Amino acid sequence: MSTGTSTTTPALVVDNLKITGIPSMAAIIEELFLEVLPGEILGVVGESGSGKTTLGLALLNYCKAGTRVSGGSVSVAGQELAGLHWRAVRELRGQTVAYIPQSPASALNPALRIGTQLKECLPGTSGEALLRVREVLREVALPDDDAFLARFPHQLSGGQQQRVAIAMAFTTRPALIVMDEPTTGLDVSTQEHVLATVRSMCKTYDCAAVYISHDMAVVAELADRIAVMYSGRIVEIGSTAQVLANPSHPYTGRLLLAVPDLDAKRPMIGIPGHAPSPLARPQGCAFAPRCLLADDFCRACSPGSTDVGPRHTVRCFKADLPFPAVPSRAVTAHTTRPVEEKPVIHIGGLKAGYGTNTVLEGISLDVYPGDCVALLGESGSGKTTLSRCIAGLHHDFSGSLSLDGEPLAASSFKRSKEQRRRVQYIFQNPYESLNPRRTVEELILQPVTAVRGNVRNSREIVATALERASLRPDHAGRYPDQLSGGERQRVAIARALATEPGVLICDEITSALDVSVQSSLVDLLRTLQAEMGLTLLFITHNIALVRNIAQQVAVLERGRIVEFGQVEDVFANPQHNYTRSLIQATPNFQLPVRLHRPGVQGASVPAEGPR
Amino acid sequence: MSTTLTTHHRLAGAGRPTVKQSLFRRALKSKRTVLGAVLSGFVLALAFVGPYIAPHSPTDDFVAAPFSPAGIGGPFGTDNLGRDVLSRFLAGGQTLMILSLVATALGVGLGALVGVLAAYRRGWLDEALMRTGDVALAFPQIVLALLFLSIMGPQLWLLVLMVGLGHLPRVARVVRGAALSVVERDFIKAAESVGIPRWRIMIGEIVPNISSTLAVEFGLRLTYSIGLVAGLSFLGLGMQPPAADWGLMINENRIAMTVSPWSVALPVIAIAVLTVGTNLVTDGLAKASIGSDQGITA
Repeated sequence: MSTGTSTTTPALVVDNLKITGIPSMAAIIEELFLEVLPGEILGVVGESGSGKTTLGLALLNYCKAGTRVSGGSVSVAGQELAGLHWRAVRELRGQTVAYIPQSPASALNPALRIGTQLKECLPGTSGEALLRVREVLREVALPDDDAFLARFPHQLSGGQQQRVAIAMAFTTRPALIVMDEPTTGLDVSTQEHVLATVRSMCKTYDCAAVYISHDMAVVAELADRIAVMYSGRIVEIGSTAQVLANPSHPYTGRLLLAVPDLDAKRPMIGIPGHAPSPLARPQGCAFAPRCLLADDFCRACSPGSTDVGPRHTVRCFKADLPFPAVPSRAVTAHTTRPVEEKPVIHIGGLKAGYGTNTVLEGISLDVYPGDCVALLGESGSGKTTLSRCIAGLHHDFSGSLSLDGEPLAASSFKRSKEQRRRVQYIFQNPYESLNPRRTVEELILQPVTAVRGNVRNSREIVATALERASLRPDHAGRYPDQLSGGERQRVAIARALATEPGVLICDEITSALDVSVQSSLVDLLRTLQAEMGLTLLFITHNIALVRNIAQQVAVLERGRIVEFGQVEDVFANPQHNYTRSLIQATPNFQLPVRLHRPGVQGASVPAEGPR
Repeated sequence: MSTTLTTHHRLAGAGRPTVKQSLFRRALKSKRTVLGAVLSGFVLALAFVGPYIAPHSPTDDFVAAPFSPAGIGGPFGTDNLGRDVLSRFLAGGQTLMILSLVATALGVGLGALVGVLAAYRRGWLDEALMRTGDVALAFPQIVLALLFLSIMGPQLWLLVLMVGLGHLPRVARVVRGAALSVVERDFIKAAESVGIPRWRIMIGEIVPNISSTLAVEFGLRLTYSIGLVAGLSFLGLGMQPPAADWGLMINENRIAMTVSPWSVALPVIAIAVLTVGTNLVTDGLAKASIGSDQGITA
């Protein structure tokens, strides 16, 4: 709806903003120009480290410790933020600019009732404020009765909490709302509600919004305009329709290709390498080292902004060139298995819980060798509990569980070394799953020595594992905090592979990582599955991912498997209401035609790998 | 806040020394830590080198009349029996240092073990260990030491044991708190899933991640140990006459403080400087360790 008439005063103008780190003086954000009109939603997308959160906070006139605005200006509703007195800044926040953070659970004060929190930033008498609070609550489709106002945040669901946060942001009718990944922690169906709420609230209040996200699919659905950030600059900005139909920066194109396709008609393709650190930005275009179009000129000079359409600008020398072919792995067709083959993992009538609280009930599942079975479900569906039962990390269950026909003990400590070797578990968050005090080499050898005792060819094992996980040999001597998120997860994969396992349990292993990294990890897993004959159990809440990696899918709802079958069958013809609603709630992201040309499938470019 | 997180670690960048190494290095960046290290280093050096450079035997040479003022018999006068104050001072620190260090190591070591065990195993074991600790905490540290030392007689091993055991519940409580956030992290579960024995998980996975807590705790407890050991010696339950010992010197010579002040002042100053020094170092470590344990990513 971006009408873009020059008569409207923009709600937000960012002019040549520069934010630097202290004391390094490295530019975290540079040459940043933005304009958002009232009622317009601007989506800001980019990988981790691109500076999008720093930008979002700068719009509130807030700088994280160790950063400061060193140039340019930000003005909201005509008011310049730089040099404002702290009292004025306090007035500004909440009144003129509101902020919705990523995690509503930590944004709401757990000790205050919902009503009290919502009234906090409202002027006027308590009675007036209360009327306004009820009005806003109705608008975000929450109850407005006294019973609800008297509740504490922990008595609400995640989606309700986030809607309370949205209501809180809108109570004062701000001119601008900044949202930093507000739906990242939420389930797809909850996400859909929250997005709908955001959209209608912005429309009702004619409020400008800046929506920060790494999820291209969400932004494409919500935003009127999209700004793509890379290494502290906006490399492309334009209306959603323009950017999606005609992405002009190679980075935008690659970001779009990295989004998993719900219909699995095309492979998802990662972006090799990672964004440069603010301390080590390359001369010239920051994307040049990862860009297939880059030449010496790109590496020498930094491109300025060029207009490629109405209110659509791009920072690239090659914006008018067609996108180069991007190599991609063909989707391997799954071979049908002989009927007499025995399942690797057999689960029969499994029931699990925490104390008196039952989380899983009546779970029966057979996983055959070489298959990838996805466990799909929202948070609280019990998918992680199930995977932990299989890994021997959750002991409180009954029912049968066997590996290669041998029963598996509930606790990993009571399992045989061979069983522990055969089943390996990869955790969701690579920032948590690697001991920060151990080198990569030690980390990889840890499970090996645990199941095989001291081994003589340890160097060889580490080298093989690193190579399989597409890591460099010199990664062996590094500590986890010297690695990027994607590299860490590869280390976790290498660690799991080092014992030559038969079954790999992957618990949401891509959800903490960027899309570009996500697709290369999925690629890696698929290759490994084919090359090593691995059996994969892939736990996820992301339907599009399921389509891209798994052959079979088990849909979990509230601790029960409601649907199980071949992926194509389940998605083509979902039998259960829950599966249908999941598919419906997921934004179906379609690639623009420009990237869809048959040439894209060709492979004349150097192979991908994290270099 | 994934953005911050990765930016941070990229800034931290390649080639950075490991966290463990850099705790002390980072601590030494602050002036107070350097001052503390210089102060305590000076007293430590004095205590350990002292016995070899003392001009007289601290116990056998009677150089002048008792309580001679400074300049007679030695630069700092003589003590209650006419021995050289300087020689006794130089010789009297070593035992105090060794006893304090051993007692601290014992207390922090056992305390860490109990704390990590309680945090890792939780359940009834946690309750039993911590509630027992609570009971022990109800008694002031010195009272328990006094009780046992007066029943069983002043013996050095008992002194060390009592001071060390006095630290145990205090250290255990702090370590348990630090370890609780570590045991919940996924790398512990990763180790469990491949069947690494629990004792190795405790030593190899948990302890390295609470090392800065341990370093700070060691410094803090060392300060207390020095005070306690010196105090017990002063009360006659530590080193026995005629041995040279700072605590003992203060007791023996305090009646003549106005006549021969140095025999009291020297050990008092040394103990004060040492405790201030170790405290400053501990403080520096504590400041430098902020965020370094859970740290790294947070």
